[in-house]
Amino acid sequence: MVNLGTLVQYLALQGGPQQQQQQILSGDQFNMSLITETTYTLPSLPYAYDALEPHISSQIMTLHHDKHHQAYVDGLNAALKGLVAAVKANDLPAQIALQPRIRFHGGGHINHALFWANLAPAGSEETNADKVAGGLVSAIEGVWGSMEGFRKEFGAALVGIQGSGWGWLVKDGQTLKIVTTKDQDPIVGGEVPIFGVDMWEHAYYLQYLNVKAKYVENIWNVINWKTAEERFLGERDDVFEALRAALKF
Amino acid sequence: MASTLLRTSPVIRGALRASGAIKPAVGIASTTFVRGKATLPDLKYDYGALEPHISGKIMELHHKKHHQTYVTGLNTALETIAEAESKGDFTKAASVAPLLNFHGGGHLNHSLFWENLAPASREGGGEPSGVLKTAINEDFGSFDTFRKQMNTALAGIQGSGWAWLVKDKQSGTLGLVTRANQDPVTGQYVPLLGIDAWEHAYYLQYENRKAEYFEAIWNVINWKTVGSRFEKA
Repeated sequence: MVNLGTLVQYLALQGGPQQQQQQILSGDQFNMSLITETTYTLPSLPYAYDALEPHISSQIMTLHHDKHHQAYVDGLNAALKGLVAAVKANDLPAQIALQPRIRFHGGGHINHALFWANLAPAGSEETNADKVAGGLVSAIEGVWGSMEGFRKEFGAALVGIQGSGWGWLVKDGQTLKIVTTKDQDPIVGGEVPIFGVDMWEHAYYLQYLNVKAKYVENIWNVINWKTAEERFLGERDDVFEALRAALKF
Repeated sequence: MASTLLRTSPVIRGALRASGAIKPAVGIASTTFVRGKATLPDLKYDYGALEPHISGKIMELHHKKHHQTYVTGLNTALETIAEAESKGDFTKAASVAPLLNFHGGGHLNHSLFWENLAPASREGGGEPSGVLKTAINEDFGSFDTFRKQMNTALAGIQGSGWAWLVKDKQSGTLGLVTRANQDPVTGQYVPLLGIDAWEHAYYLQYENRKAEYFEAIWNVINWKTVGSRFEKA
């Protein structure tokens, strides 16, 4: 059964450090022969389409969730169907040829699922970092000096992305890092994704047009620090376990 | 099949087309460089002139804001390099390479793009003629096959990027290439026709339905420009 946990491990095999790849292979966590067809479905948003107004418009949220995320889900299902057939046919070239599509659509599915869950309506308790994310806030202050210093650096990383991509706060061992990824590359190495911001133009263009710095400034109003704290306190597997539960396999 | 045709006799066709003449690189008429400074070229048509295929609002933002940002970014990158060079700080100069590629590519790509578009009521749309038409038929099988392959290439771009009809300087044949983000077409390929597949090129009008944009854009392709680029290449 290909579930989200094994998908994450599968994607890590392609891009993760050698040592981790070996662990995954030897740890019997991922077994190609266990692959059977499964169908991913679009997770519901944990809030209404207009709940992030005025920072992210209802129109953007509707298109982003119903159309864009759905297209990644469909693309992933089609690619995995092809993969299962290629595995059963022992067709190695076909399996390899499918990797970019699995990475792109699988990454798109994972990234958006994590993204929806790390956003919340402005003014809700979840967006109050000091109240709901004490551990993470002190860790951020430890690395960047202050929340303001962190927001500045994260914002600069987001605005500096060339083309489509994402910015993430990740936990790497005992430290925090800001990383940017291109297109739909997912965070599936050893790092724990804490929260991500979608910098594809479809995430903001209808509302902010070319002024992406304004979108970046406003996104801070709708970051779900409660989710961020939970991911920070957990391990990598916990994050994807929570995600798997949210996707109701 | 077009792919078969493409491989029949590229060397012979290339030799025929080159016919011994060494031509200068294709120039971009309206891209002006004053003392190394890039400037935003004017459009040869009004912002609304490509409607209903590309909206006036998209054209205005795309030209005035997006292209301008690449021009500004390119000039900043060039200044940083010149300054670093004057101080002998080549590490610093080299570190600017990604910005130079991104903004320089963005400036080149958009300059070529505006010129290979034209209003449907004027030169835009239709089909190529002359030697370009012959070359497309030879290398792709037919104009229709070429168009379909270009649209498939555009639809397959993962993220932001461009698709180009190019001439391969080595073989002399036509081909299709895609480029990520603002990577320019350089090296063995001469860019003839570029289509911008960044979301900002279509999203205000077509939203997620990018296939509709890729269909509509054929109504505003300036084949005269593409043909003249091909003849000079």
